[in-house]
Amino acid sequence: MSRGVEQVETHLKNFERFSLNGSAHSPEWIRNLRQKAIARFAAQGFPTARDEEWRFTNVGPLAGFPSALARKSNVDEDQIEQVHGTACRGVHGTRLVFINGYHRPDLSTSVALPKGVIADGLCSAMTTSGELIEHHLGAYAPFDEKPFVALSTAFMRDGAFVYVPRETVVEAPIYLLYLFADREAGATAYPRNLVVVEREGQVVIIEHYVSLVGTPCFTNAVTEIVAGDHTTVEHIKIQDEHRQAFHVATIQSQVGSNGSFTSNNIAWGGKLSRNDVNVTLDGEGIDCTLNGLYVASGDQHMDNRTFLDHTKPRCNSHELYKGILGDEASGVFRGKIHVWEDAQKTDAKQTNKNLLLSDEATIDTMPQLEIFADDVKCTHGATVGQLEDEAIFYLRSRGIDRESARSILTHAFASDIISRISSEAVRQHLDAGLQSLLENSFRVEGGI
Amino acid sequence: MLEIRNLHASVEGNEILRGVDLAVNAGEVHAIMGPNGSGKSTLAQVLAGHPAYEVTEGEVRYEGRSLLDLEPEERACNGLFLAFQYPVEIPGVSNSYFLKAALNAIRKHRGQEEMDAFDFLKLVKERIKLVELDESLLNRPVNEGFSGGEKKRNEIMHMAVLEPKLAILDETDSGLDIDALRIVASGVNQLRRSDNATIVVTHYQRLLNYIIPDFVHVLVDGRIAKSGGKELALALEAKGYEWVSDELKEAEAA
Repeated sequence: MSRGVEQVETHLKNFERFSLNGSAHSPEWIRNLRQKAIARFAAQGFPTARDEEWRFTNVGPLAGFPSALARKSNVDEDQIEQVHGTACRGVHGTRLVFINGYHRPDLSTSVALPKGVIADGLCSAMTTSGELIEHHLGAYAPFDEKPFVALSTAFMRDGAFVYVPRETVVEAPIYLLYLFADREAGATAYPRNLVVVEREGQVVIIEHYVSLVGTPCFTNAVTEIVAGDHTTVEHIKIQDEHRQAFHVATIQSQVGSNGSFTSNNIAWGGKLSRNDVNVTLDGEGIDCTLNGLYVASGDQHMDNRTFLDHTKPRCNSHELYKGILGDEASGVFRGKIHVWEDAQKTDAKQTNKNLLLSDEATIDTMPQLEIFADDVKCTHGATVGQLEDEAIFYLRSRGIDRESARSILTHAFASDIISRISSEAVRQHLDAGLQSLLENSFRVEGGI
Repeated sequence: MLEIRNLHASVEGNEILRGVDLAVNAGEVHAIMGPNGSGKSTLAQVLAGHPAYEVTEGEVRYEGRSLLDLEPEERACNGLFLAFQYPVEIPGVSNSYFLKAALNAIRKHRGQEEMDAFDFLKLVKERIKLVELDESLLNRPVNEGFSGGEKKRNEIMHMAVLEPKLAILDETDSGLDIDALRIVASGVNQLRRSDNATIVVTHYQRLLNYIIPDFVHVLVDGRIAKSGGKELALALEAKGYEWVSDELKEAEAA
């Protein structure tokens, strides 16, 4: 049953136009991939509340979007001037800037990278690294059961391509900054990123999404990360779009034996935000860490879904997602850990903690374990709570006013996640952002 | 400095304090003793402004104004300090951050400039010596993973930095071994001045061997049943609290 035949029709018409224009000059394999994806999307339609994966997130408003492809050229001088001010200060190194999903080399900064390392726009990399991209692109993020991934794949055009060769360590983080500048209501961008890290490679990737407009817009991003054996990869995603933005993103990672993969997923922007982090532990002895923080106020809706696929023995995964929800905001956490029969000696720990700052805020949290091996250690737990009255009183009794006490305690709850990020510059950026969010975005509530 | 008149307070509808009268002047140390459940900690919490306690009758004057009309933070900014019986653990907030925020809130209230990180650190490092606490505890989350003794010494360290006019020590001796007790007491004694006052709430007499009180009050059933000098504490130690309760009953019967 596909929902909203009309809305699906809009996308199919858009796709027809896209095939004639934007897509026409792409290599055949990409055109085929797009065709497959749009067909799959047409067959599925938008998810509904009957779809288990989307039970608590109503995509109705999104499905009704005109969804015109955001234009590369829809950006003005004022916006260009804001570009560097929105970036995390202090992150030096390679910076790729994207406007409306398109790479802008003129706004990007490149520094000398170790031999063989590539950090480029996907489109431009196609001419130099076509075979490599063909080998990997679309190979990890399945879209058969994922309408938004299908849609994103159908319309993919540009994004980032990062390649780290064998035994190569990239010291400074590679910073990908995505700015939405198209003022047309309902404009949509489909950033598509591919990160390939060969054996023993090391890299930190920052994906940062910001809006330069206040009109309703939609970002539907897909990032594929494939990390070989003995690699060390840290992925940091920051979703800080404006309060009218819709943001749906999937990060799909595959990690090889003895690899170390860390995902830090921070979201506090957008009207509706849905983030999927899926990791396939495709080897033995992998260490995987998933950290998440979502902060929602007003009528924001934040949906986080993680999937950890333990396919081989002796892998560890640690997952901690924290949420702060105030006003009438709503949140969803759904974390699934699947342990295959072969994946003995798996050690998986999943925790979701939520802080509700108002009576109207809600969270639906669903940790899920599916275990088919018998010699494993798996735990999961979820908590939902409020600020502790005793802690607030303790701070107040020392001279700190009630609002500051609440803010200090709330900040502390969240900074626990921020402190796990390796880059100090990113930590500082997020700490400052969080501070201002807590001071300005939440309505003052009662309590002691 | 502090005058409590006929104070009645309840928590969740149960009356705990049933008419407390007490006057504390600058330069004095008062000990409040009493059996478990007599209302000692309640009195301390009510004075600090814990919102769970409801004052149903009576009044408290502090430096000429009504203390009960002030929010907890206003009381602190006006020089009141409560050393908690059970200091609260606050994950994610460093001890020094908390203390600096508190000190600067109080300074701001007094119309003083905020103290910068450098001067603050200098001050704290000087005061932390009073309680022989390891400096590493400054960078740890407030009370998290502290031993029982460290928590209590940390409370006194906060007091040493905030320099209250009226300090209330709520069972600061409970859970302390004899060495820690001596350290805490010596810290408190060094902070004694002619213009500040201390109320020591305790169940046992032993703390009073180190912090010599000017007055000892025995709280029984939410009222001060007996007051005296420091020798009263020794008499209590020898005869037990029942002695005072019995006396009280006899007096009431008569």
